[in-house]
Amino acid sequence: MSNWQMDETDRKIIKATQEGLPLVEAPYEAVGAEIGLSGDEVRQRLNAMLEAGVIRRIGAVPNHYALGYTANGMSTWDVPDEKVKEIGEKIGALDFVSHCYERPRHQPIWNYNLFAMVHGKDKETCMKRVEMIAHMLGEDDRGHEVLFSSKILKKTGLRIA
Amino acid sequence: MRRKIDPIELDDLDRQLINELQNGFPVSERPFHDVAKQLGSDEKTVLAKLTRLRESGVLSRFGPMYHAERMGGGLTLAALSIPEDDFDRVNDIVNAFPEVAHNYKREHELNMWFVLATETPERVEECCHEITEATGYQVYNMPKKQEFFIGLRFDV
Repeated sequence: MSNWQMDETDRKIIKATQEGLPLVEAPYEAVGAEIGLSGDEVRQRLNAMLEAGVIRRIGAVPNHYALGYTANGMSTWDVPDEKVKEIGEKIGALDFVSHCYERPRHQPIWNYNLFAMVHGKDKETCMKRVEMIAHMLGEDDRGHEVLFSSKILKKTGLRIA
Repeated sequence: MRRKIDPIELDDLDRQLINELQNGFPVSERPFHDVAKQLGSDEKTVLAKLTRLRESGVLSRFGPMYHAERMGGGLTLAALSIPEDDFDRVNDIVNAFPEVAHNYKREHELNMWFVLATETPERVEECCHEITEATGYQVYNMPKKQEFFIGLRFDV
């Protein structure tokens, strides 16, 4: 990772593009025109941010609901702390899993230290996949739970002011 | 309840675009032209297709995906345990925080789960504290300690 530091120009570009790129022939010129930069300057900045990992990627994010992947369950696992890296990497490599993280426990209400978002066409498929993971972990699975979302209360994405 | 967006018919080019553009998008003068060329189509068609995919909600986003922490900000997942009869009141308070990027109701004793994206790392703790004060419920802050994998492709 480089020692990239956001300056005012970057900030303007981020603000102008965090909702998305305009669908026009020359999108970077269009973004630049909005904030007083040339298309070249915009591209140069975006490339620098890609290189620094500040932008994960430029591209499309499909709405998984619209594509029929209607179910996603947040599977949460209590696994031995000393094995969490090894187990996390295994689970993260599964093709139906996104967002695999180690997070802190909050005992007694929350005893799980590993989170893996499991996707599927329906709830049943998700549950089967969770069982696959449980099977894979064997006795390292000291307990797990799947939390399905019953309602999206807010979804605005990441924003900077 | 969150239900499906209007299902729209997808043709081969739609599918190719959805699959291809999850990998990345050129940073060039005429990126749609470049994409079109690669897929054996033309710029106009690709732009029209993508406009339709975005307007119909099949694509929820098209553009740069920023990484909050590397922009110098803070990010966390946090949860609340709220009695059902107080849920709406708390929901309004939580959603009113501009730092709350996503918020989901989930079936668990911890029944509200939200993502906080803040301009500075310090702001995460402050925000959790403010939400606890404003709602009267303890915020369980669960910042990630390690990340194992990010990114899931939805092939169509």
